[in-house]
Amino acid sequence: MKKVIANKEIDVNEEGYLVDFKQWDKEIGECLAGECEIVLTERHWEVIGYIHEKYEKEEPLSIRGIKKSGVINVKEFYSLFPGGPLKKATLIAGIPKPKSCI
Amino acid sequence: MANHLVSKLPKGNWNITVVDQYKTHYYQPGFLFLPFDIYTTKQVKKKGKKFIPKGVNYINEKIELILPEENQVTLENGAVLPYDILIVATGTKIAPDEVEGMDGPEWYKSIFDFYTYEGAKALRNKLREWEGGKLVVHISEMPIKCPVAPLEFAFLADSYFKHKGMRDKVDITFVTPLDGAFTKPKATEALHYLLEEKGIKEVTNFNIERVDYEHNKIIDYADTEVEYDLLVTVPTNMGDALLERSGLGDDLNYIPTHKATLQSKAHENIFAIGDATNLPASKAGSVAHFEAEILTDNILRFIDGKELKEEFDGHANCFIETGGGKALLIDFNYTHEPVEGTFPFPGVGPLKLLKESRTNHMGKMAFRWIYWNMLIKGIHIPFVSATMSEKGKHYEEVQ
Repeated sequence: MKKVIANKEIDVNEEGYLVDFKQWDKEIGECLAGECEIVLTERHWEVIGYIHEKYEKEEPLSIRGIKKSGVINVKEFYSLFPGGPLKKATLIAGIPKPKSCI
Repeated sequence: MANHLVSKLPKGNWNITVVDQYKTHYYQPGFLFLPFDIYTTKQVKKKGKKFIPKGVNYINEKIELILPEENQVTLENGAVLPYDILIVATGTKIAPDEVEGMDGPEWYKSIFDFYTYEGAKALRNKLREWEGGKLVVHISEMPIKCPVAPLEFAFLADSYFKHKGMRDKVDITFVTPLDGAFTKPKATEALHYLLEEKGIKEVTNFNIERVDYEHNKIIDYADTEVEYDLLVTVPTNMGDALLERSGLGDDLNYIPTHKATLQSKAHENIFAIGDATNLPASKAGSVAHFEAEILTDNILRFIDGKELKEEFDGHANCFIETGGGKALLIDFNYTHEPVEGTFPFPGVGPLKLLKESRTNHMGKMAFRWIYWNMLIKGIHIPFVSATMSEKGKHYEEVQ
């Protein structure tokens, strides 16, 4: 389905996740964060950068991966993206949420 | 792969060697049924040697290192095997030591896995005498082998305790790091009723930090606590330590692999198949089976100096036990989520996708025979293609 955000039309799925990462930009990220009631700081962007790096390498994201990332510790990750940090961080970063096969 | 290649490679020109550190080959899908006394231990294991075709060397030895620059494999006994082409099929294993307190003094006492023969058997013995309480079925982190198995375990546990007349004494909770027991929209819509019908509670977005085995609870990074009397967990899954030792793995010891060709990203004469890869496909036996058909073609093309076919689409096909003699069937790939429909014949079936039925359950039970007699031997399953067919499936038209 289509959604207009930051004056741009993007394609999202039923849960609001971007369908095509190529449509993502920083402004869209900021607006998506706003919808989650998060104001993005430099720390947030460092984490989003790490998430994009993993996504490009097609490596799955996990909390354990965050722990080993050297970018951020898990407690801080939770405080930056309160309540379901992986779910929210991936939404803002414009990539699919971590999922199972069904 | 050995079965495929031995019949396709010109005899005399090629030597095929299978190196396996284990003597026993397990029917891993059977580990789901072992704890509930549905399968016996004998039904899930056979000698690996039995499946090695004529003309293929079989070495029962542990690999010490893969030396990709020298095109050699060294074995623990000191032997050196040179290779022209290497296929890595080292699978995935549980790593309970990745979570604090998991494999401590309560491991196989009140904390169990069912992803190993030992775990499934120990859990069977525990369930035979367990008098009830809080059963927590838990996934540590993704990706895991057979992502639906924990859910199937919860469904079968519901049936098992009903059958024993003690369901009222058992409280079942499903704990997942994902945002639901079902994570895809179509499956959630079609299947969420199963959890409600069976009285299975869900705890979602639970990223485990540690097991407090002294107080029988699991604790996550957000300080959420879930109490248990019996914890059935799927520990972190990791590839074989061999890949780490050889510098070939990612941070979970999976081998970075091109997702459509199955060639390793780092070395053109190393290929990977099944759970050993880092592909964003399901870690499931059906995936390895479909991959094998495509990888065989690509190995032959590689030998002939032809370009590899970018053919693998992430196709997986899984039966999901829902308890009470019923099962679901799902068929999906990298880009298409499981939807309703018929399989393998469009509009006919006889199997129904994403719907519970007794026929699907019979399919799952028949699968053990298919596995031992067809899959390992590399025999093509009639009417089921290596890439996914969209026919007979109810996809919504893209708007």
